Amino acid sequence: MRTKAAAVIVLLAGLHFVLLFAGFFAPYDPTAQNREMSYAPPTRLHFRDSSGFHLRPFVYAWAVGLNGDQPGSYQEDRSHEYPVRFLISGPSYRLLGAPTLTLHLLGVDEPGKIFLFGSDGFGRDELSRVLYGGQISVAAGISATIITLLAGSAVGIIAGYYGGWIDEALMGVDELFLSLPWLYFLLGVRAFLPLHLSTLRTFFLLTGVIGLIGWARPARLVRGMVLSSRNRNYVLAARGFGASDFYLLRRHILPEVFGLLLTQAALLIPRYIAAEVTLSFFGLGVNEPMPSWGNMLSALQQYGVLVSYGWLFAPACALVVTSVLYSSLAEVFHSRLKSS
Amino acid sequence: MSYISRRLLRASLLLLGVSALCFLFTEMAPGSFFDEMRLNPQISPETIAALRSSYGLDRPLAVRYGHWLRAAVHADLGYSIAYNMPVAPLLWERAKNTLLLATTALIVTWMISVPLGVWAANRRGGLLDKAVAVASSFLISVPELVIAVGLLALVVRWRILPAGGMMSADSESFTALAKLRDLARHLALPVFILVLCETAVIVRHVRASVLEVLGAPYVQAARGLGTSPARLLFRQVLPVAANPAISLLGFSLAGLLSGSLIVEAVCGWPGLGPLILEATLSRDLYLVIGGIMFSALFMVGGNLVADIMLIAVDPRIRKEGADAH
Repeated sequence: MRTKAAAVIVLLAGLHFVLLFAGFFAPYDPTAQNREMSYAPPTRLHFRDSSGFHLRPFVYAWAVGLNGDQPGSYQEDRSHEYPVRFLISGPSYRLLGAPTLTLHLLGVDEPGKIFLFGSDGFGRDELSRVLYGGQISVAAGISATIITLLAGSAVGIIAGYYGGWIDEALMGVDELFLSLPWLYFLLGVRAFLPLHLSTLRTFFLLTGVIGLIGWARPARLVRGMVLSSRNRNYVLAARGFGASDFYLLRRHILPEVFGLLLTQAALLIPRYIAAEVTLSFFGLGVNEPMPSWGNMLSALQQYGVLVSYGWLFAPACALVVTSVLYSSLAEVFHSRLKSS
Repeated sequence: MSYISRRLLRASLLLLGVSALCFLFTEMAPGSFFDEMRLNPQISPETIAALRSSYGLDRPLAVRYGHWLRAAVHADLGYSIAYNMPVAPLLWERAKNTLLLATTALIVTWMISVPLGVWAANRRGGLLDKAVAVASSFLISVPELVIAVGLLALVVRWRILPAGGMMSADSESFTALAKLRDLARHLALPVFILVLCETAVIVRHVRASVLEVLGAPYVQAARGLGTSPARLLFRQVLPVAANPAISLLGFSLAGLLSGSLIVEAVCGWPGLGPLILEATLSRDLYLVIGGIMFSALFMVGGNLVADIMLIAVDPRIRKEGADAH
């Protein structure tokens, strides 16, 4: 159990590290187009050529075959090898608002291209887009979760602590939110917001909407916890000694709620990442040219693309890995909470 | 029966609340509904004003809501701007397809999850139990959209099933039986996706509720008295474990409806989902509200069915209803 917990936490930390420093790990700019290289399959890494084995991998350029942009028409042009260079200078990017950098983990000399996950319809590097898109999608999931938990625990604490008609009214509204299919609700709220906005405003609106719709379940859970901890003996004793409401909440009730919130966060983050992906997939979320896992996947809505270009499932794989890791984290939290 | 009437009252209060919420959102939304139209130089401000008043959007929120509510009682949910026809028949046409998809998926899901969950709980720690646990925890964490798109890709690539739509283009010439077969073939993929997503959730709950009853003292007593395992399971455990499972049926509807929205849109099933998506994209106010109301109506209806089943299964609830009056 401990090793599993450690493995999950290390893997999750690694994932977020890679996404945070996407600029360094991505070989290209996520919006840079290569129109003559649309739907290029993933570049193959080679170690062996006519002169024998090389420790440093190299790649060949894709040559467009006879049938133009038909699927499977790309062939490797074996006339020139492009060795993969590590820590090379490439397209510039900004890191966490820091000054512009040009250092990349790997790359090849121009005019060679290294598209490890292939390229999309505009010839943009899918790997770079998965990394940058992951920044958007995961950030959306995390910020929406923070909004949900803040709103949910505020409502839950008020309802649980003050009880009476306040509790009844709040839990009535809570039930209303719980009883709606979230996606219909989400679409409904989205319908009332302007469709075309600047990317940044869309991002904030999106996380706000996703976050505010989900407050009902954490509110209910927090309320239950507050209700039970309010009547613990030590809380009653503290109250008897004249402790204020605020002191009781801060010292005795919130610490109990904290573990619950942590578990909820691990459950909600993957769900909200999926919500962003779903909305963007249907063209209601983050817009082009900013990549997100959702709007990248929306290319698969065309049957031709769906059948022919399997590497465009890369964002889906990244999403699955992220979701599975977060769910395992939730399980770890949950079992610790139960055993304590 | 008073239990039922209390449930009905709650259901109608819920629907009232949902509709009020919808109208509140229209009011809170930044910008007007016709902002995009206003950007179009070919549409004069007078036209927009006329449109606004013809849809009643220039009147205050309370008046609008009152009008809508009075009409809604007579099954009139307003007018669609994009389709230029009343919303209700438009929604009803699609809702039938969603109902067909969701009910089929629901029945298949429960037909699979109940035996699987009972078996897993009964042979706790066995091979099947472990396999179910691993498979369901994986399927739960994979987003429905990914499952839907992935399976669609497989089906389209291998050409095992028709993808998209509800019937083949030439189905008009089919005999009744062939039509039914055609429909079933189109239904298979969306149902399969939904069943896969839902079973993962339900099977866990069924297993947990059976396990809880299996650990109860009276079951251990019965076992000690020498009741045969089969009789114990079917006469002592399952009737009690049915209560939480049936309550879950009501709750699971919300997930099923959200899931079916995704599946319908991905597989091109002409249900409520694609209609609402379109309405959201074209900002068709009353159609969106109507769609949300329909989904809430499904939920409420499903919960009522679950309640009625609970009465049939659980004598405690029958007694509670009698006690209240």
